Amino acid sequence: MDGTEARRSDLIFDADGLSPSALERKHRLERDPSCRADPMAYLPGMERIDSDIKDRVRAAMSAYDPSRYTAADVRRALERETCGEEELRALLSPAAAPFLERMAERARAETVRHFGNTVYIFTPLYIANHCENYCVYCGFNCYNRIRRMKLDRGQIEREMEVIAKSGMEEVLILTGESRSASGVEYIGDACELARKYFRLVGLEVYPMNTDEYRYLRGRGADYVTVFQETYDVEQYEKLHLLGRKRVWPYRFDAQERALMGGMRGVAFSALLGLSDFRRDALATALHACWLQRKYPGAEISLSCPRLRPIANHPDVRPGDIGERELCQVLCAYRLFLPFAGITVSSRESASFRNGIAKIAATKVSAGVSTGIGDHASKYGGEDDPSAEGDEQFEISDSRSLSRMYADLSGEGLQPVLNDYVYV
Amino acid sequence: MKMAECNDTFVLGGKEFTSRFILGSGKYSLSLVKAAVEHAGAQIITLSVRRANTKEQENILDYIPKGVTLLPNTSGARDAKEAVRIARLARELGCGDFVKIEIMRDTKYLLPDNQETVKATETLASEGFTVLPYMYPDLNVARDLAKAGAAAVMPLGAPIGSNKGLATADFIQILIDEIELPIIVDAGIGAPSQACRAMEMGAAAIMANTALATSGDVPRMARAFRLAIESGREAFLAGLGRVLARGAAASDPLTGFLR
Repeated sequence: MDGTEARRSDLIFDADGLSPSALERKHRLERDPSCRADPMAYLPGMERIDSDIKDRVRAAMSAYDPSRYTAADVRRALERETCGEEELRALLSPAAAPFLERMAERARAETVRHFGNTVYIFTPLYIANHCENYCVYCGFNCYNRIRRMKLDRGQIEREMEVIAKSGMEEVLILTGESRSASGVEYIGDACELARKYFRLVGLEVYPMNTDEYRYLRGRGADYVTVFQETYDVEQYEKLHLLGRKRVWPYRFDAQERALMGGMRGVAFSALLGLSDFRRDALATALHACWLQRKYPGAEISLSCPRLRPIANHPDVRPGDIGERELCQVLCAYRLFLPFAGITVSSRESASFRNGIAKIAATKVSAGVSTGIGDHASKYGGEDDPSAEGDEQFEISDSRSLSRMYADLSGEGLQPVLNDYVYV
Repeated sequence: MKMAECNDTFVLGGKEFTSRFILGSGKYSLSLVKAAVEHAGAQIITLSVRRANTKEQENILDYIPKGVTLLPNTSGARDAKEAVRIARLARELGCGDFVKIEIMRDTKYLLPDNQETVKATETLASEGFTVLPYMYPDLNVARDLAKAGAAAVMPLGAPIGSNKGLATADFIQILIDEIELPIIVDAGIGAPSQACRAMEMGAAAIMANTALATSGDVPRMARAFRLAIESGREAFLAGLGRVLARGAAASDPLTGFLR
């Protein structure tokens, strides 16, 4: 845990131009745990649902000791026809590192069996970057000094036009986490617009209550992504210092509330590197597995983001999870959940994404911007930087849709822009 | 017998087919579809409506050779209502009146929901569709499907995509023996030998996709399946399978003493 602790303090920085009182409050939050709220206590208005999955995931995570597994355990796991929870623990352990190629072969076979050679392409669209949380590693955090922006209806539509013109058929709508700046109705408006231009509409916004998810489903949203960031509550408490996002259990149950609200699919992720990535990967996979067991019709998918440099703090790095480790995690995910979608974002390099699409990934983004309102300038040939808000993080792979399409085809894969009917 | 050999066709929705291999079009590159159809000698190809419902530059519909009957499926539907809507959409997209009903409310095993499938079959048959329902091999449900107006019944051999073959062989045999409609074995067939066995059992046709898509050479595997299916059909028509299953007749009859 020592390494994690050091990384965490590396993440903290002071942006220029904060007022003395803001700085003082920020530093107090960082240094004095007693002035931070209880991360397990719900805030007014947060719905509680009857679900024991979070307790089971926490128990499984704290019981997991990756160092206990041996090469023999990994071999046994790889010899079994199906990969259960114990096999998953072995495959995520350091003992599995020398077996990476064998894991990749098995993972590839499972991916092909379930998805053939198809890879889906989508693009994220950030419509606002206002945020009321202080998460120390995030470019949007409320103590970072960035250009804040919220697109209005016309601007959202303009962005969607540009994206749709590129041929994209699936869009993922994102906001910073501010209920006041980006209300549920505002997000609903965006979904309705998106329905005009795209076949499939995903949401990656703040967690909300069941009735709000139901409302957004009615306005055109199909699936919901929520990153838990880390399933390790102690570490979570040290990284999410302020705001509604600090409430760990409310965030955990977001996918379940989304399914209760009628969403077709949900996506899960830990931001690997915030805590022990092996234990976080185990928790992510179990969270997805157990929720799918409870809601068998749910389409589930996993993401695998690593930390990236952010505005005003270019030194943010993924930590001890390198590409080999990330590949190991993704192979373990694939073997444990052969039917689940796996998304690899533009946080990763083009070469990594080309390679992993042949092993485990089923979905990649293209034509990506994590800023606000800049598709028109980046991909549409327009240039008006004053109408743009700052990015959440720096991307690593900036390929356009047509380039991604050609590259995947060149790798022998079949790019797919839509595999969905809205009924 | 001679007649059957010369003119061994089967009829679906008023159309006569000589090929008994229904080809899937998912999970492999669109550029291989044409060659797969040709090598398979297939006259029917399935396609997912959700894949066809695209504006993208490469639409699967553009890759399917003319003259092949499209069998759009309703994959993605989670109940009868959704399946009915997808089928109507397929018709609007110009995919014709054939529809393969796939209703799954389980994303892990993708097992068909028989109850909802009966409901969707009833609705779509009454709307003039040629309905081919994918189902878990259950005799009672197969009878309900026949009554609901299905043109054929498509029981699964094993979990979809598993390439495990005829895990449900005994139950499929019951359907073949008891249901008057063509029985088309769908899902799970992983090798030509398994397709051959299903045909020997009396299946009317075979549907395969993953077995080809996960093979090293899609068109060549399509050809292997075609040969196996033809061979199994011949064996069925020749009557070998049943005779062997019941053993040889003793040269000295056991009941020879009876007067």
